Amino acid sequence: MILFDGVSKRYPQGHEALNGVSFELAAGELAFLTGHSGAGKSTLLKLIMLMERPTRGQVLINGKNLNRLHASQIPYYRRRVGVVFQNHQLLFDRSVYDNVALPLLVSGYNARDIGRRVRASLDKVGLLTKEKQNPITLSGGEQQRVGIARAVVHKPRILLADEPTGNLDPALSAEIMQLFKDFHEVGVTVLIASHDLDLIARMGKRVLTLQSGSMAQGETSVSG
Amino acid sequence: MSRGNQRPDREFAQTARRGGASGRSGASESSALWRDRLHSYVQHHGDNCAEALRRLGRTPLQSLMTAMVIAIALALPAALYVAVLNLQQLGGSVQTNSQVTIFLRGDAQAPAIEPLLTRLRGMPGVEAVTYLSPDEALREFQALSGFGDALNLLDENPLPPVVLITPGESLRVDFAAAERWVQGIAADPLVDDIQLDMKWLQRLHSVLDIGRRLAFALGVVLSLGVLLVVGNTIRLAIESRRDEIVVVKLVGGTNAYVRRPFLYTGLWYGASGGVLAWLLVAGGLWWLAEPAARLAALYQSQFALQGLGASGFVALPALGALLGLVGAWLAVSRHAASIDAE
Repeated sequence: MILFDGVSKRYPQGHEALNGVSFELAAGELAFLTGHSGAGKSTLLKLIMLMERPTRGQVLINGKNLNRLHASQIPYYRRRVGVVFQNHQLLFDRSVYDNVALPLLVSGYNARDIGRRVRASLDKVGLLTKEKQNPITLSGGEQQRVGIARAVVHKPRILLADEPTGNLDPALSAEIMQLFKDFHEVGVTVLIASHDLDLIARMGKRVLTLQSGSMAQGETSVSG
Repeated sequence: MSRGNQRPDREFAQTARRGGASGRSGASESSALWRDRLHSYVQHHGDNCAEALRRLGRTPLQSLMTAMVIAIALALPAALYVAVLNLQQLGGSVQTNSQVTIFLRGDAQAPAIEPLLTRLRGMPGVEAVTYLSPDEALREFQALSGFGDALNLLDENPLPPVVLITPGESLRVDFAAAERWVQGIAADPLVDDIQLDMKWLQRLHSVLDIGRRLAFALGVVLSLGVLLVVGNTIRLAIESRRDEIVVVKLVGGTNAYVRRPFLYTGLWYGASGGVLAWLLVAGGLWWLAEPAARLAALYQSQFALQGLGASGFVALPALGALLGLVGAWLAVSRHAASIDAE
């Protein structure tokens, strides 16, 4: 589903974020991406989202080479990927419902479909009762769950998360991780960047470790 | 990639099947999808159009000031244009009264004058020819000037025979032709002098030409100003909605989707500026109408101030909307396109 083939990314300032990274993630697999800050976790996710382009090498998603994707096709590509951010990137000028509905609005779904899907998604993260509230009134854990609801509302085949538990206490973090596991169990390919090694160990899933831009040898794979 | 694409499509198809009669063909399912997309596209335009107006309404004073700047920029050339139109109308009404006076040599004899009159009457562009003999001229002069007694002191009539010519439309409009025509008559040995009271009309005509060009140049320059004002306002609006643009782009919003609300904002600014500009010009004309009518009455003229009219009421907001749209487009393509998730 996700294939990195000798991918390097050098930023214009000369900083080399990734250096010859290769790995493959099968469809429906859940994996963690770890490494100290600055190791290139975010850059790797940005390459999958086409927020950045690789300097060398290629990224294949579902067999399709992202290098060959024209800029005008990027929006349509992104509609098939869900992303969750550490700072959840919610909009505080609208309700929880409108935040979650955004990917569907952008893709041109009709109003009836949007209502059905948004409620299903909010129900999944346990926030159905808060759809009318402004996300600013929610707790950190709830905000993160709104972010997850928005990331999965259009039923993407791939779900990416960048430090989704970064600001949360262990109990809430475990809750969030369980959500990702649920999506993995219904066949979504999930890649989570995190430095919460304890939590990752408890999940018992494949771990990809980045060390100053390179994939560490002997990636740990714990069967869960 | 194609598998990923099918998922929402299948969802759509299921919705269509549930909503409609059973046993629909695949073609009608995909057309339901197509109709959904089109419908939501049209609806998105409508929503954006209304939402852009609501946003302007949320900061009424600020929006009004921007619209007013646009209005002034549009009203200035429009007012100049209206002024030129009115002067032209004034010139036209005077032109109909214009006459050419041909003074013949004092020793010209009546038998020689007669063929000249016939020739003048036969010329193209001549509407009427009136001959005034020295005796008639003297009588008229005595009656009108009040110098009758002084003239009695003279031994002989000092006035030459005069031919008055009312030029036709073709000569009144085409000054070059009038000039050639005058030169043709001046060559006649009987003609002493020709007075053309169209001279000042020619000057007016030239002044109006300059006025028209000035209005056009002013219009072009101030339109550029409108583009910059709208562009800058939209740039600020983009900055204030940066977070939203980042998120919309991340979840797959196209550049067109991102542009749309700002284009409508520009459109509304321009259109409201155009309406205000029309009001400014109409208000100015209303303010001038009474003294203009009084002045016209003093000259016993039928002249009445001419306004922008109904076509102006359509043209100014339309022009404003177009400029607003272009200004917004320039700002959005420069700024919004470069905003991406970081």
